[in-house]
Parts: sequence; C-alpha cells; structure tokens
Amino acid sequence: MFADWPLLSLVIWVPVFGGLLVLATGGDKNAPEARMLALIVAVVSFLLSIPLYTNFQMHTSNMQFVELHPWIETFKVNYHLGVDGISMPLILLTTFMTVLVIIAGWEVIQFKAAQYMAAFLIMEGLMNGVFASLDAALFYVFWEAMLIPMFIVIGVWGGPNRVYATIKFFLYTFFGSVFMLIALLYLFFHTGSFSILEFQKLPLALDVQKMIFLAFLVAFAVKIPMWPVHTWLPDAHVEAPTGGSVILAAIMLKLGAYGFLRFSLPITPDASHAYDGLMITLSLIAVVYIGFVALAQQDMKKLIAYSSISHMGFVTLGFFIIWSIATNTGSYKGAVMGIEGAMVQMISHGFISGAMFLCVGVMYDRMHTRMIKDYGGVVNSMPTFAAFMVLFAMANAGLPGTSGFVGEFIVILTAFKANFWIAFLAAITLILGAAYTLWMVKRVIFGEVTNEAVRSLKDINRREFFILAILAITVLFFGLYPAPLLNVMDASVSNLVHHVTISKLK
Amino acid sequence: MEMKSLYLWIALSPLIGAVIAGLFGKMVGRSGAHWVTIIGVAVSCLLSLYVFKAIVIDGADGFNGTVYTWLVSEGIHFEVGFLIDKLSVMMMVVVTFVSLMVHIYTVGYMRDDPGYQRFFSYISLFTFSMLILVMSNNFMQLFFGWEAVGLVSYLLIGFWYTRESAIYANLKAFLVNRVGDFGFLLGIAGVLMYFGTLDYATVFANVDKVDGKTMTILGSTPWSVLTVICILLFIGAMGKSAQVPLHVWLPDSMEGPTPISALIHAATMVTAGIFMVARMSPLFEMSETALSVVMVIGAITALFMGFLGLIQNDIKRVIAYSTLSQLGYMTVALGASAYAAGIFHLMTHAFFKALLFLGAGSVIIAMHHVQDIRQMGGLRKYMPITWITFLIGSLALIGTPGFAGFYSKDSIIEAVQLSTLPGHQFAYFAVLAGVLVTALYSFRLYFLVFHGKERMDEHTRAHLHETPWVVTLPLILLAIPSVFIGAYYVGSMAFGNFFGDAIFVLPQHNVLGELAREFHGAWPMAIHAFSTAPFWLALSGVVIAYYLYMVNTALPAKIQARVQFLYTLLDNKYYFDRFNEIFFAGGSRGIGRLLWQTGDAKLIDGMIINGTARTVGWVSGVVRRVQTGYLYHYAFAMILGLMFLLATYVLGWI
Repeated sequence: MFADWPLLSLVIWVPVFGGLLVLATGGDKNAPEARMLALIVAVVSFLLSIPLYTNFQMHTSNMQFVELHPWIETFKVNYHLGVDGISMPLILLTTFMTVLVIIAGWEVIQFKAAQYMAAFLIMEGLMNGVFASLDAALFYVFWEAMLIPMFIVIGVWGGPNRVYATIKFFLYTFFGSVFMLIALLYLFFHTGSFSILEFQKLPLALDVQKMIFLAFLVAFAVKIPMWPVHTWLPDAHVEAPTGGSVILAAIMLKLGAYGFLRFSLPITPDASHAYDGLMITLSLIAVVYIGFVALAQQDMKKLIAYSSISHMGFVTLGFFIIWSIATNTGSYKGAVMGIEGAMVQMISHGFISGAMFLCVGVMYDRMHTRMIKDYGGVVNSMPTFAAFMVLFAMANAGLPGTSGFVGEFIVILTAFKANFWIAFLAAITLILGAAYTLWMVKRVIFGEVTNEAVRSLKDINRREFFILAILAITVLFFGLYPAPLLNVMDASVSNLVHHVTISKLK
Repeated sequence: MEMKSLYLWIALSPLIGAVIAGLFGKMVGRSGAHWVTIIGVAVSCLLSLYVFKAIVIDGADGFNGTVYTWLVSEGIHFEVGFLIDKLSVMMMVVVTFVSLMVHIYTVGYMRDDPGYQRFFSYISLFTFSMLILVMSNNFMQLFFGWEAVGLVSYLLIGFWYTRESAIYANLKAFLVNRVGDFGFLLGIAGVLMYFGTLDYATVFANVDKVDGKTMTILGSTPWSVLTVICILLFIGAMGKSAQVPLHVWLPDSMEGPTPISALIHAATMVTAGIFMVARMSPLFEMSETALSVVMVIGAITALFMGFLGLIQNDIKRVIAYSTLSQLGYMTVALGASAYAAGIFHLMTHAFFKALLFLGAGSVIIAMHHVQDIRQMGGLRKYMPITWITFLIGSLALIGTPGFAGFYSKDSIIEAVQLSTLPGHQFAYFAVLAGVLVTALYSFRLYFLVFHGKERMDEHTRAHLHETPWVVTLPLILLAIPSVFIGAYYVGSMAFGNFFGDAIFVLPQHNVLGELAREFHGAWPMAIHAFSTAPFWLALSGVVIAYYLYMVNTALPAKIQARVQFLYTLLDNKYYFDRFNEIFFAGGSRGIGRLLWQTGDAKLIDGMIINGTARTVGWVSGVVRRVQTGYLYHYAFAMILGLMFLLATYVLGWI
C-alpha cells in the first residue's frame, strides 16, 4: 500500500509541519494538548518510516524511494530525495529516538512545553532531510537549518552556562559548514549540477581532491566530533536538556560520519587514500586519548560525552582502514566489513548513548546535579533504575550480547588486517571503556547511601520505565541478532567500497 | 527428540530459570525462584548426563552445527552454534552438576538474604553463559560466553553492593579480566585474518596452511603467526584463569557470597582458560614458544600463589590461593602438551574444590559469618558431616594416593618431568615443591578449623551446630566424586584416548602417551606412588602442619618473627596490588587528568578556540578604535593613503 507514497517527503515534512502545529497550541496553559499532539506526530512519523525498511530492496545499491522535482531551475537545484542501505537505517534511528525524546520530556519540561516539543519535531524532519537528500543544495539547506532548533533547545532549556555552550556549538559547526559550502560550490561549477550522485562520478585531479577532502573534513570532523575539534561537545552536552543530549549524541554526531560515506569517500577517493594515515591517527587518538580523558571526568554527562567521542573514533577508523588493509594483505577484502562495523557502531551508539543520557536525566530530574560525587548507593533506593543503568553501562563498555559489542568487535577484527598496532590501540577501548563506565557506575549506583537526598529517591515511574525498557530491548536485540542491520547495508557498502577503490584521477 | 534441540534445551533451561527468577522475582516469590532455577539446572544436568552417556559410553557421534547466523559480512558468517564432542560434554556435565549442587546449597546459605531471587537468577544466568562458552563451535561465541561469565562474576562479586570492599573487588575483577580479553580479542582477530573464518573445525583443518607464515610486529623481526595468535589467546586465558600477573582479582573475588566462590571462582569459570587452551590444542601444538610461555607462567602461578596460601587467616582466602595454585598446575600441564591431564585435573579439582568452598561456607554459617580461622578450632565435634567431607576434600587436594586429586596431579607432575620444552626444569621443580606447599596450607587450615583449642567466643560456641540438609547434602554428593572419580577415569582420560579428536598432540610432544606405556591401572599407580617424591613431600607437609598447629603452637609466631621480611613480602602478596594501584590505576587517572586539563582545556580550548575568540575580539577592538567618527581623522587617513600611493608611483615601485 505504501508503494506510491512519497515516504521520504512524509518523514521530512510530517514532523516539520506537525511541529509547527504543536507550536500553534501556544502557551503553557495548553501544554497537555501540545504534548499529546507532539506524541502523535512523532509516532506517526515513526510509523511512516517503517515501510522504508519493510519495502526496502536489500540486493541493490541503487537509491530507493526516489523523489525528483525541479526546485530552483536557474541553478539546477532539484528537490531530489532517495535512500540506500547507508542512509535508511539512520532515518529509522532518527524517527525512533524522537518518539522516546518526546516521551522523556513529558512532565519534565514545564516551561514552554509546546515549543520544546515542536523544536524536536522540526529537528527530526530536518535531520531526515539531511539523510534523504541527494541534491547537495538541498542537503546543505537541511544541514544548516537543523542547527537552529538544536541551538534553541540548548539556549532556552539549557543549564546555567548555556550561552557559552550554544555559541561554541554554533561557531564550531558553522565554521565547519562554510568550508563544505565552498567545496560543494566548486563541485557544482564542475559538474553543472548539485546532484550528489553526479559529484561522485566526477574525475578530479589529486590536488583538487585534496582541497575538497580537507574542506569536507573540517565540516564532518567537527560534527562527529574528531580530536582536536571535539571540545564543543562536552560543553554542549552538559548544558543541553536531556532530550537535547539524546538527539545530539544519538543522531547529530552521525551526520558527520554519514558525510564521510556520502561525500568524502566517494567524491574524493584518492585524497581519502592520501590522507588515510591522518584519519587513522585521529581516530586512534579519539579512542585512546579521549578514553583517558573520560576517566578523569567528575560530571556524568561530560563522561558520557567523552565516551561518545571515543566510540565515534571506531566509526572513522572503520571508514579509513580500507587502504591499510590493501597494503598489508594485498587485497581489499575486509574493507566492506570495516565500514559495516563502523555503521553498526553508529546505530548502536545512538541507542546506547541515548539511553545513558536518559539515565543521567532520570537522576538529574530528581537530584538536580550531575556530579558523580553527589551520588552513591542509588541502587538502594532505585533498584529498577539501577538494573537498567548497569545494563546500559555494560553496553557502553561493549559487552557481547549488547549492540555495543558488534561494531567494536568487527572494527577491531578488520583493523588487525590493516596493522597489528592499529588493532592493538583500538582494542585498548576494551579496558578503558570498561574502566570509565564501570567506575562511574561503582561511584554512582553501588555502595552505601551517602546522603539523605539519595536515600529518599523514588524509583523510576512507568513512563521512564517504558522508555528505558524499549531501549534495553533494542540494545539486546541487536546484540544478539545484528544480522538484519547488516543485511540492509551490505549491498550499498559493497558498492561504495568498489567505487572508492577505483581511482578518479583525471 | 532431535539432538540439536536437546542441546538447545541444555543451554536454555538455566536461562529460562534465570529470566523468571530475575524479572519476575517478586511474583514467583522466594521458593518460586529457587524451584524454577533448580529445576532449570536439573533439567540441564540430566540432559548433559544423557548426552555424556550417549557420546562417551555408547560411542555416539558428536555434533557440530549452527543454531543461527549472528551476522554475515563480506561473506564471512558469524554464527552461534554447538560443537558437542567428548571435551565439551565432559565440561557440560561438570558445570551443570556443580551448579546444581550450588543451587541446592544456596537455599540454605542465602536463606535470610533479601536478594534471594536475584542471587538465584545470577547463578542460573552464569550456568547458561558457561554452557554457551563450552558448547561453542566458534571463536565468536566463545568470546560471548567468555565475557558473559565475566559479567555474572562481576554481578556476583558485587552481590552485596553496599560493601565498599565488594564493589571494589568486582570492578577490579572485571577490569583485570578485560586486560586478558584485550589479548584474547586480538588473538581472535589474528585467527580471522589468517584463517578467514572463526569456525573451530575449519581453523583446525587449515593449521598447516598457516604454520610457517610469519608477521612483523616490531621492527623487522619475523614472528610465527601461530605463536603470536597463541600467545594472544593465552593472555585471555591468563585473565580468566587467574595466572600471574593477571591473578590479582581472584583473591578479592572472595567478597562474593560463598556459593559463587565455589561455583564460579573455583570449579567452573576460572577453568575456562584451561578449557580454551585445550580446545585450541591444534594451534598451540604448532608453537613451542607459546607452549613454553604457558608452562612457565603456569609454574610461577602454581608455586608462588601456593606460598601466599600459607599465611592467610581468612578461611576463604586460603582456599582461593589454593585455587590459584591448582590453576597453575593445570596450566603447566597444558604447556607440557599434557592437555588431557590438565583437563582431568580441571574435572577432579572442580569437585573437590567446590566441596572445600561449600564446606568453608558451612563453617561460615555455623560461625555466624566469622571467617577468621584464628577464631575457630575444634569444630569437628559440632559439625561431623562438614568435618568429614572437608577432610576428604583436603586429602583429595593434596594428592593422597587413591583420591581423585592424586591421579590428576600425579599425571601432571610426571608429564612435566618428560617435557623437553624450554623451562621444563623450572616447571618440574615448581610443581614438585608445590606439593609440599599444598599439603602445608591445606592441613594448616584443616587443623586450625576442625581441631585443637576452641578459640571462638562463648556466644558463638553455644550456637554451634551442624548446618541443615540442603547444605550438607551437596557436601556429601561432592565428596563422592572427590574420592572416586580420579581412579575411575585416570586410565581413559589421562592415559587413554578419552577425548579422541577433541585434543590434538604432536607425536614429539606426546608425554602422556609415553606415560601410558607404564600405566597398569589405577590401583597399581596408587601403590607405586608410595615410593615417589610427591607422596613423601605431601606427607611431610601434613606432618609439619600437625607439628606447627597442633603440637608446638607457639612456633609459627617465632618463625614469622625470624623471617619478618619474607612474611612482609607474602603478606603484601608480592606487592602486585600496590604496584597495580599506583602504576596502572593511579597512572591512568593521572594521564586522564593531564590530557583533559592540559590537552583539552589549556591547549585546545585555552589557546586555539578561546584564543581565536580573544584574537578576534582584540582585532575588532583595535579596528573599532580606528573608527572614531571624527571627519578629520578620516580625512587624515585619506591623505596618508594618497601620499603613500603617490610615493610608490614616484619611486617606481609599481
């Protein structure tokens, strides 16, 4: 029945217009209606995204659910949408997480509730737009527009230091985007179109490729974020409200990684090859350096933020070990696996970091502090919550059986093919990840109750239970049976690797 | 019933029990929780015995097949599946039997604990994880089970989560194990790279294709690929099976309730490393370097951890160090290519060490949770069943001829004697000296607890009595195999062809085969033992213990005062903990703070980011000052500019 529906347009515009509708409910006296409406919009958007999976053709790398209409004909800008196995799972992740974020903010947000809900819905639509765009101009519009609701979410519902954090966030990401715009314009002038698929076919000299690669790199490295342009993330997370942190970690960081797969690797394969050493180095710095930094954190949100950066290091590592594998083993076998592992890591990190931030949110709502030292012995008063927290902490530490294991496992396996020491350094996360996560759990969850506030904590309510249970089931499901996820992406990733390994030099 | 679904039931029935007791603990209540988990494990145990009978006794074929495909990437299948052969079926029987005993025992031991249902859920979950580990037919699932048992161990060591010592110990256990898993995972990655699959059967079938390949790690020195893989895998075994220097977590794990010390930290989980190396025998056989490393590490553990058992005063810690030392014996056996003897000792040890731990638990219940042996003594007459069974366990442990431990340990010692790999002299010395040490600490414990003066306070003494049947029944049931199982299986397991194709030994390493030629049955072996060194060493250990702790009880303190420096060294456990705490734990925290505060805050944020912002601010401040708003300033600037242009023209710069 969905065959002729413009599904991609729907998952973009239903949330955006739904969000505007929620906004129209006005002030806080209508908050109950606003919440209900927001939930309906989010659920409908999620339901609309499901046929993207069920009707997806697994065995082709072609774009599917394509919509193509002229938009600004003077500049040959088209309203061109479509997804493949790389972008489709990310859209599902977005619609799924948004439902949870709406529920998570239900009674927690009392101030300007309608606006809060609306911001997330609009953001959802725009992020789906980024993943679905096949036209670079359209992509860029969504890419930039998406920043605005996030900027507002942190700026309005954020913590005491939110102004510093929002400006840092905005400047960092905006700074990155400008370089990307230049690169996109260059490609436009040389292909005469904004079609990303045309960009991918354009032969380019190595020097040009390098310039374009670096321009993209600035934009995407900031988003992921990669060391050393990562320092906006901990600040943004600390100041953002729980929902903001969840979306930031679960989806926004993935945009940068997605950019590498959609732009850097296919458009500038030779430059990617030329700079792969740099990329691997930066990835490993993220894994090891940031892992140590996470160990030193006293603020739970900062700790999880640093943990995110460290986990994203696996994503970029998986993307860029293609050529090291070829140098070391004489064949590209393993490259597809590396990218697939990185993709799984992206999706899984969405669930796990989202869940971790929600857990911190649950505690913050009750105690109004994120500092580890203010807690201790939470399990005594919140046993059910503690069980969830330990589960997600284990997932964060990459325990087999949880989705957190799959991506790291595959990336380490392929890294070994590239170089023993790359695998060695990447595998240190097994120790560091467990150390910083479980040390936090020890200090926050376990132990004697150290203060009265903790003693009188109430365990999670049904709403919180529902959210955490859904995430727990998801994390366990993909840990025990990740095959569906990989089957979806296999054709597209194989095609990508095939494309990337062929030189585009003129 | 189809065999595959039978195996599935073996693995899943404990999991079902764990889920019911864990998630619906309130609903099913305390007795509901223990019934559902006990039934789950009992089903698993009975089915395992059935499979054991079918495969070992009736000679039925094993099984090697897939249950489901976990994922496929680039044509490589990662699968969940079972390999049921004589090695795994023996492990299944040991695991489920000891687990069943511990389940029953727990009904008594944890009777008054508020976390009753949670505890049953955890131990059943452990049983499931351990079965997944031993039944696996591939490296991926092995790693799954490997980490899953680590998770349950973490949860159970920290079971009493309000105790600081418990939650310190469980974090430490998890992290030290993760160090091992770090090596293990790299080893698995190496297997995938060079064999292109993680399936055991395919890997073992292709060993000769990889044998002889080399890789470079540092500089240009070529390393045999198999040596690298085996050593990496063995690092995993060192973590799980607590070999020096990754042994430090095991003594602290005694913070957990006693039933799990018996089940996890003595009988089953800690032997996973031994099982794994035996399972990988086709790989290890190809690398004498790796075997040599295994043997030397095992020997160090066997001897030096035994010494530490001599000075412990906590009843559980004495047994914990004994476990470390015995794991060392098993590891030495692996290094000497006597895999079967190592696994044999694993089995006998599982029974008598579980017995000793559960016996210690029985004592602890009677003593109202006092664990210091200096406050015990003379318990023999208050708790006869515990006393007899504990004595049986101790006799088995020290290798008294005829008891289970004798056959397995003696096979190891003789096998090491025949080994020719580098380090075999030291290993032989270590396992021989270890016999004396074992007897000494075992009987020191035995005499201090069950004989001599009653040193407990009046109140405790008045309440001393034998523990209820749920506690003593498992003791009796474990005591039986502790006596007989060695004699029954030594012929087939150590010197026969019990394991068939499951274990592979090269002809030139086949020390057990050599010994088998001189083996004429269990009974002659026991008789012969009276004329060998191990027996006399064990006997002198018992006699010395008797003299020191029954006759001349003032002497130990005097000896201690004489060799104070040695005592201090042992008391600080060779300073491993102190070193790790300062160097690794403190060092990591220090590096973390340094990178954060200097790298992130000062350099990146301070100089680059905020520095850029400040520079922009400064420049705009200067520029702002130029725009004064006075017309004559602008006019003056224009004139200056004009003159500059004129000058350049006149001087011919343009």
